[in-house]
Amino acid sequence: MISLPEPKPEILARRASILADLARLLPADAVIGEDIRLRPYETDGLSAYRQMPLAVVLPRTTQEVAEVLRYCHANGIRVVPRGAGTSLSGGALPLADAVVIGLMRMNRIREINFEDRYAVVEAGVTNIGITKAVEGEGFFYAPDPSSQLACMIGGNVMMNSGGAHCLKYGVTANNLLGVTFVTIEGEVVEIGGTHLDAAGYDWLGLITGSEGQLGLVTEVTVRILRGPEGARAMLAAFDSVEVAGQAVDAIIGAGVIPVALEFMDKPCIHACEAFAHAGYPLDAEAMLIIEVEGSVAEQDMLLGRIRDICAQFKPISMKLAESAEQSLAIWKGRKGAFGAVGRISPDYLCMDGTIPTGELPFVLKRIGELSTQYGLGVANVFHAGDGNLHPLIMFDANDAESFRKAEAFGADILKLCVEVGGCLTGEHGVGVEKRDLMTSQFTARELDLQRDIKSAFDPGWLLNTAKVFPLEGNARIAA
Amino acid sequence: MIAPSDEAGVAEAVRAAHAAREPLSIEGRGTKRAMLRPVQAARTLSTRGLTGITLYRPTELAISARAGTPIPEIEAALAEHNQQLIAEPPELRALFGVEEAATLGGMVGANLSGPRRITWGAMRDHVLGIRAVNGAGEVFRSGGRVLKNVTGLDLCKLLTGAHGTLGVLTEITLKVLPRAESSGSLVLRVADIAAGVRALSAALGTPYGVSGAALLPEGHGAMQGCLAIARIEDFAESVTYRLDRLRTELAAQGEAALLGREASEALWRDIRDAAPLNPAPEEAVWRLSLAPSRAPAACAELRAVFDARLLLDWGGGLVWVAGPATEAAHGAVMQAAAGGSFTLFRGPDALRAAVPVLPAEPLPLAAIGARVKSVLDPAGILNPGRLRA
Ligand SMILES: Cc1cc2nc3c(=O)[nH]c(=O)nc-3n(C[C@H](O)[C@H](O)[C@H](O)COP(=O)(O)OP(=O)(O)OC[C@H]3O[C@@H](n4cnc5c(N)ncnc54)[C@H](O)[C@@H]3O)c2cc1C
Ligand SMILES: Cc1cc2nc3c(=O)[nH]c(=O)nc-3n(C[C@H](O)[C@H](O)[C@H](O)COP(=O)(O)OP(=O)(O)OC[C@H]3O[C@@H](n4cnc5c(N)ncnc54)[C@H](O)[C@@H]3O)c2cc1C
Repeated sequence: MISLPEPKPEILARRASILADLARLLPADAVIGEDIRLRPYETDGLSAYRQMPLAVVLPRTTQEVAEVLRYCHANGIRVVPRGAGTSLSGGALPLADAVVIGLMRMNRIREINFEDRYAVVEAGVTNIGITKAVEGEGFFYAPDPSSQLACMIGGNVMMNSGGAHCLKYGVTANNLLGVTFVTIEGEVVEIGGTHLDAAGYDWLGLITGSEGQLGLVTEVTVRILRGPEGARAMLAAFDSVEVAGQAVDAIIGAGVIPVALEFMDKPCIHACEAFAHAGYPLDAEAMLIIEVEGSVAEQDMLLGRIRDICAQFKPISMKLAESAEQSLAIWKGRKGAFGAVGRISPDYLCMDGTIPTGELPFVLKRIGELSTQYGLGVANVFHAGDGNLHPLIMFDANDAESFRKAEAFGADILKLCVEVGGCLTGEHGVGVEKRDLMTSQFTARELDLQRDIKSAFDPGWLLNTAKVFPLEGNARIAA
Repeated sequence: MIAPSDEAGVAEAVRAAHAAREPLSIEGRGTKRAMLRPVQAARTLSTRGLTGITLYRPTELAISARAGTPIPEIEAALAEHNQQLIAEPPELRALFGVEEAATLGGMVGANLSGPRRITWGAMRDHVLGIRAVNGAGEVFRSGGRVLKNVTGLDLCKLLTGAHGTLGVLTEITLKVLPRAESSGSLVLRVADIAAGVRALSAALGTPYGVSGAALLPEGHGAMQGCLAIARIEDFAESVTYRLDRLRTELAAQGEAALLGREASEALWRDIRDAAPLNPAPEEAVWRLSLAPSRAPAACAELRAVFDARLLLDWGGGLVWVAGPATEAAHGAVMQAAAGGSFTLFRGPDALRAAVPVLPAEPLPLAAIGARVKSVLDPAGILNPGRLRA
């Protein structure tokens, strides 16, 4: 279990007056203090951890966010920013003495400009909401996390979220032009704008993926792109993980970069097939879903090339979608992978390390051995093109020992990712979940430099404390 | 000049300078010395001795090299596996009048990107990992060698484009991609810059994956008039098909011609390197970054003040300007860039020392920036004065 810092007793003692102050700063319906209405905020996508906050506020404007921050800063009150609360690393987990600032009411689309290809949206607009707003003109917002129906652009910026199509289109960081940023002192700053690559320090780049450690984001200017003429998927199944990995290398080696290149292992194929009836091959040890874009003739050409490459690796079966419907059917199982595993196991932990793709066979073999050692099942889905691995560890949250083992198993997998030259997290963030593993990737001095940079933004360490940085090392800062 | 042969040597040199509170000018091979402001330092620390590719895994789309490795050496290694640097960094020897090739560290330190930036991202988008020495002489790392990594604060992005003021890059890992099998361009003769930017917006608004969108207001070589150019890089069948579609869909935008692979590659090399600007040695060169639809007005404002020679890239969002190295011309550039960004890219020392070479930051950000600078360079010895007075 990961520990949270001691709440500040003087803040807890002042709860009633803090709530009254917040109610003066914000409209009455924007401040939540009753237990029953705080309950929905006690956890996020990492639901094994729960903690009731001191209060929740739901501002509607940048100005309201700034006022709350100014107040919290003046009174030494910790703050936990929250979007949709889908973080899988506990990034939005409250603290007992913290005010949760929920951005979900800031859900307006402020501007869409097709000529200059950008959209300005408030932080609480959902990821899919951006694409919905521009798809009528054939445009889309590229990063597409599986949680895109719920998760919000502010959360995406703070986690630098990716999606199945980031092999071609990049992650959130690669699709941003600017943000409205509010400092812990309540100062509102425009960073970037509607142009590319502002001269000077890349604050936008530093803030992206900073997990709410540096400040709040209330508006985001994203790049929107014209969609391709069409897209189609194929499926290729192999009788070993190694061979599937070799096929991936051969595709990329031949100069073909598909828009998506997803890998599933046998347990995952079985779980998804039982759930989605997508027609996945149950005799395969590994399966690839490969998607290409372009006109129908171009899709045929690209899928043909990929089929010829896969054919050299003795696939058990291959299926090329002949229509958009067949493509959707191929994707259906993959998109529902988390839900599918949720059906065969009471609970699961979703890991998120990245490895150099060449290490895939070794890493999957080690994960199999660890699964036996811990006595817990695991299903692997994997963004094969970029090495981002998602082992889903199955456990039973009602059994404390099972949860303890699942966490230890997960930690072993992530350390393994670092050992083979990868990293702890490819897209879900460090949060509380991987906080104490940071020492396996960074030296103490490297972590201190990062802590000092946080301090440059947030000298009193009020912003989303207890996440990202191991607590022991924070003592030096507090002192 | 101090030119250590390894990272430990760099760290030692910086530690000594830090102890002595002695400023250092940080450079690769000094090819961009005339960029931004002149550095106030008696001694120069060069990474030219840190050379060599340390890891290259074509199927993992990643290459690592020491910071002093010349860009052509990296490009040659990539070409052997039919891969390339994604951001298409410019080759600026002619523009800066230097003999030596730029180093990887310099290219990343300056976040220099070329035409492909518009669809495939900037240099900063492809920096997967760095090793660097901070101003106290301590080695630190950020990122790694994998394509997706959100572990900890992203110092790769912070140091990319920081022009050596936050640390000396010693080793860099970049994402790379296969080189397209073929390429070609559609050239449209348009009435003026405004019509050209409209044509490029239309081109970037098609589903054909345009990978370069530039505007040559005075033509180029044998091609006369104001030219809007859209490039496709793809498999040969796709290049043919997509150029044909582009030509049909943009027929109303201007008289059209198609360029085959060789002519197209030569033209885009010139655009990448801003060759058409051809500034006289005493002239200044600026780069402005704007929302593309703002560019025509900005260009008109500049032309009203001085004889501005222009080249637009990134669909109109990047405006290269050549003109007299005067404070008046610089003032016009600053005005024209309002709402966007600018850099005084090249100019005589006197001008560079006299004017802001980049836009000012909002005050709260400048205060944070000063604190971040003192975290990474406590004694303020790394490239003092390079970005701001
Ligand atoms: C089923 C499922 C599938 C998922 N699939 C993917 C996937 O494919 N790819 C992927 O990358 N992630 C995925 N995730 C993880 C998650 O959806 C992303 O991390 C997402 O970006 C979080 O957005 P959110 O709005 O829910 O943010 P939250 O979870 O509310 O917050 C995330 C972090 O950002 C901070 N924060 C939120 N908003 C702001 C703001 N405006 N200003 C400052 N800080 C803020 C929070 O404090 C927290 O640290 C998935 C999650 C689930 C539950
Ligand atoms: C632990 C947790 C905490 C949440 N906290 C907040 C919060 O603080 N504020 C807020 O505005 N919303 C929050 N949500 C999200 C909110 O519950 C969803 O917007 C809502 O469930 C959508 O319901 P629905 O019936 O419309 O969609 P459903 O039909 O339930 O789902 C539609 C699709 O969206 C996906 N999906 C739905 N919710 C999520 C999710 N949260 N993460 C990933 N994928 C999802 C499903 O997999 C499905 O594919 C939270 C969700 C979870 C799981």
